Formats: sequence, structure tokens, C-alpha cells
Amino acid sequence: MLSLDASFAALADPTRRAILARLALGEATVNELVEPFEMTQPAISRHLKVLEGAGLIVRRVDGTRRPCRLAPSAMTEIDQWLGMLRQALAANYNRLDDVLADMKTEN
Amino acid sequence: MSKLTLQTEGETHVVVTRKFAAPPKLVYRAHTEPALIQKWLLGPEGWTMPVCINEARPGGKIRYEWDDGKGNRFYVTGEFVELVPFGRLVHIERMHMPDPTPNNHVETTFAPDGSGTLMTMRMTLPDVTTRTMMLSTGMERGMEARHARLEAFVASSAIA
Repeated sequence: MLSLDASFAALADPTRRAILARLALGEATVNELVEPFEMTQPAISRHLKVLEGAGLIVRRVDGTRRPCRLAPSAMTEIDQWLGMLRQALAANYNRLDDVLADMKTEN
Repeated sequence: MSKLTLQTEGETHVVVTRKFAAPPKLVYRAHTEPALIQKWLLGPEGWTMPVCINEARPGGKIRYEWDDGKGNRFYVTGEFVELVPFGRLVHIERMHMPDPTPNNHVETTFAPDGSGTLMTMRMTLPDVTTRTMMLSTGMERGMEARHARLEAFVASSAIA
């Protein structure tokens, strides 16, 4: 069972969200992440450690490489994100229903 | 039963649909008149839109600024590309975080649906990474609503 707070804290950082977005496309090593993010290897490694600690990514050993990929639970998190966006949009459009009802009354 | 649908399509699109119990003319106006937009395009509870610029003509500017009353501000800028009253709006927008995100190309159509309107909003992002970033940013604002509800729950429990 994932700690929801640990995963939300991990997701609060835009770089970590971008790393997850990159890993959604497939496995990558630290070196492969350094270039697109224009960050140092230690900086990327720190972010990966937070993501791994939150259970959002897993790493495997492949010779001297330790490629990262999204944990299955990360996909659940992403689904939850989608659910929350849907809620924010739903709140907007419920308010728009009220605005439209008022406009009809005025006409 | 929610009337809203939100789906990703291919690698770069997000499609939102919603039905409204008012004719396309009114729904279109509610998307192009600042005084009306400020009443509903607010996101999570507690946010207001103190600045709303919406120049509804080709090339016209868009600027929406949101404020949560606790020192957090967030804004979007954009330009209109095409307007067909009262059926279709095409615009480009970007979020400022504060660095601008890549352009989101948005086509919104308002089709008659009985006595009401079917709205379809189709967003096109430059690539899958940008789309994921955009969705996660929207979700981050959604998370604030979750925290606000939690605070309200804690406050009401304290009273009870």
C-alpha cells in the first residue's frame, strides 16, 4: 500500500512530474534523463530517489546500468490525477449551468 | 451521473465534451464575455479570476489570472485564431508557471442538441510529454481542492 502523502509530495515537483512523463514513454537510465532535463547527474539521481521512495518508479539491474521505469502503481496515480482534473472541470461547468440559467431568465 | 467526458486521444489530444441546457448562442457568449467568464471559469473552490481579458476577434488577446486569496496566483495567456459566432472558437493558450508552457491549440465547438448545446473542446499539444505536463498541472490545482475539502472536514469535525 502506497503512502498517498509520499506520492503527492513526490508529484509536487515539476521536474519529477516531467521525469514520470518521460518514463511513461519507456525505460531510461540516469544518463538518458540528464540530457533532456539539462540537469546534473546527482540532481537527477536525487529526484529518482524521491520517486523510488514514493513507490512511483522501480529500478532494475542490467549489468552496470540501472534503468528506471514507472511502477504499476504510478499508473493508478496518473488515473487519480485525471480524476481530479475531471472534478475541477466539472465544478467549472456546473457553475456555467447556473450562469446560463441566469442568462435565460434575463432574456 | 456526470455529463462531462474527458478523454485523451492519440498522443497529443485531450477531448472534453459537455451538454448544456441552453442554446449555443448563450454558451458561446459565456465563453467570450469577460463578465460572464469570471463567474464560472474558476477551477477549484476558493479561487477567483480578478483579471479577465478576452478580445473575441481573430488575433484578439486572452489573459486569465486566478487568485486563491492566500498569495497564490496563476495565469494563462493566449490569442484567438478563428471565431464563428455562435458555433466555433479556435484559440491558442499557454500556462505561466511562471515560465510559459508550450502552446495548447484549442478548438471549441457549440452544436445544437435538442433545445440545448453539445460543447466539444479539442486540445492539441505539441507532444505527449507536454500533454502529460498539462494534465498533471490541472491535477495539481485539483489537489488543492482536495486539501480545502479536507480542511473543511476537519473544521466541521472540531465543531461537532
